[in-house]
Amino acid sequence: MTEQKKHKLSILFSAIAIVVLALLLVGVNKYTAPTYMLRTVLQLGSIYALVAVSMNLLNGFTGLFSLGQAGFMALGAYTFAIFTIPANQRAGVYYLYGVADWLANIELPIVAALIVAGIVCAIMAALIGAPVLRLKSDYFAIATLGFAEIVRIIVGSSPMNRITNGSLGLKMIPKFPNFYFPFIVVAICIFIVWLLINSSYGRAFKAIREDEIAAEAMGINLAKHKRMSFIISSFFAGVGGALMAMYMGAITSTTFNITLTYNILLIVVIGGMGSLTGSIISSFLVIAAREWWLRFLDQPFFIGGVQIPLFKTGFRMVVFSIILMIVVLFFRKGIMGTKEFNWNFILKRMDKKQPAGGEGNE
Amino acid sequence: MSEKKTILSVKDITMQFGGVVAVNNLTLKVREGEIVSLIGPNGAGKTTAFNVITGVYAPTNGEVKFHDKTIISNFPKGKMDKLYAGENKGKYKKTLEPTPDKITKLGIARTFQNIRLFKELTVLENVLIAKHMRMKANIFADTFRLNHKEEQKMREDSLELLRILDLYDVKDEIASSLPYGKQRHLEIARALATEPTLLLLDEPAAGLNPQETDELTDFIKDIRDKFHLTVFMIEHHMNLVMDISDRIYVIDFGKQIANGTPAEIQNNQHVIDAYLGVADDE
Repeated sequence: MTEQKKHKLSILFSAIAIVVLALLLVGVNKYTAPTYMLRTVLQLGSIYALVAVSMNLLNGFTGLFSLGQAGFMALGAYTFAIFTIPANQRAGVYYLYGVADWLANIELPIVAALIVAGIVCAIMAALIGAPVLRLKSDYFAIATLGFAEIVRIIVGSSPMNRITNGSLGLKMIPKFPNFYFPFIVVAICIFIVWLLINSSYGRAFKAIREDEIAAEAMGINLAKHKRMSFIISSFFAGVGGALMAMYMGAITSTTFNITLTYNILLIVVIGGMGSLTGSIISSFLVIAAREWWLRFLDQPFFIGGVQIPLFKTGFRMVVFSIILMIVVLFFRKGIMGTKEFNWNFILKRMDKKQPAGGEGNE
Repeated sequence: MSEKKTILSVKDITMQFGGVVAVNNLTLKVREGEIVSLIGPNGAGKTTAFNVITGVYAPTNGEVKFHDKTIISNFPKGKMDKLYAGENKGKYKKTLEPTPDKITKLGIARTFQNIRLFKELTVLENVLIAKHMRMKANIFADTFRLNHKEEQKMREDSLELLRILDLYDVKDEIASSLPYGKQRHLEIARALATEPTLLLLDEPAAGLNPQETDELTDFIKDIRDKFHLTVFMIEHHMNLVMDISDRIYVIDFGKQIANGTPAEIQNNQHVIDAYLGVADDE
């Protein structure tokens, strides 16, 4: 088989796979009850997938170990909430402190607010990027971690009462208009990241990850490219945060604590640093395992009328952690490593099945 | 010789780290189309000199001119003002400290003593990355493939370069999986992809076997002619250096001790004492 034919077949397979996945989603929507766990797992999984991809762009593709994702998600979520809570509900939401005058009547459509949330995060990233990106490796991680905490604390602090409702948090945030909304947004965002990674700028990011000194000697402006990666990653983290706010309907500053960043980091590492498909697969797996498949471990468990002692609330997370350790032990570089999912395993088989003279006929 | 234009002119460069003077008052010239070698014992300051020319270090004092334009210039200041142990203090007044990517953009490309390829990427990607800096499209246009033609040309140029340098067959291999000699070639290919007029090679023969070293001699001459290059290199293999160089500079303890044609250098008593030693079995 020639390169070109392989390429065409891969695209065909991918298109088929996307159609099949879309049909499955339609099926899930039509034939499951609105409270069914699978729906939750799929929606939450897709949101985590977007945030994991945004983190992977920075950590896995550009080699900047950032721990600031929760901070940008908080910023995105709050921006989105502030602009979308229905104006007539605001008095109720801000019942204790009142709402700031300039804010009382602003109400944006959902899609516009999603973009605004992303842009606010991108601007913030541009501002803190200048000093923070001068730091290397661990120091960069600590600085971004500090940033995330600062955002969380400022958002929940009393001087912000009339904007973010302080420690009370925001509620009445519009929910997803329909079941498919998060999937469409996430698919578009991840597609853009995929395009970026396979462009010349994406290659420059990878070069920085591989070897900063060589990248700079090849004429790549380190400061500029790191800043771009940081800004784009933050943009999508902000959109992800906004989707999270929609999913939950109510947010407080504690939603976006450090644990959230670590959960995302865990998804990225398990999926493989530097693999988009890895991040996507692992976010669905991790969310499904944590929220759904292992739920039974939290319930009392009886064998022949005898209660097995370990099965009670919290046991799920113990088992989850053990599974994680096993996965990391056996997949040192995550499920996908730095590779992307491809169709080679089928293409190779098709190659073998072809008669020996098959190539010559073309 | 003298009618040829000077491409690179290094003037009174001193590089001092704290109290250690790594390069002391180095002055040298590289003319268009020449192959010039910089030799000297280990720790003499050769790589440091390279790092100054390519912008990795800002020199403590002195200036570098490229095509008659001052590209790097500095003088001792701050703490270094008191510590400075070199010469020509006060001669230079300008501060010009470009980052390495700016130097590469001007047309000076380099390779590294210990190969620094983008190990996990393919051979083709390694070369494409070097082409990135000449790209005109911004990140938005590039992401949404609005610059399709430019990208296409980048690819074609890169493939053409790989074909010339005999790396086309391995274009889809991961760089770190290549044999050592090929990796050296790829590093040179990648440097050439930045479209330089001056190529700096930092020990290109390090780790090569004698046969590969012989081939390298022809290879360097070959690319010099094909790409209209000027080559400035650091090397320890004396056979290679004497074969290939138009002129040689010798430094020891950061100071230049001799310069001239290979024949002159071979008979220079200073150089024999400091570096070449007396032949005992050849």
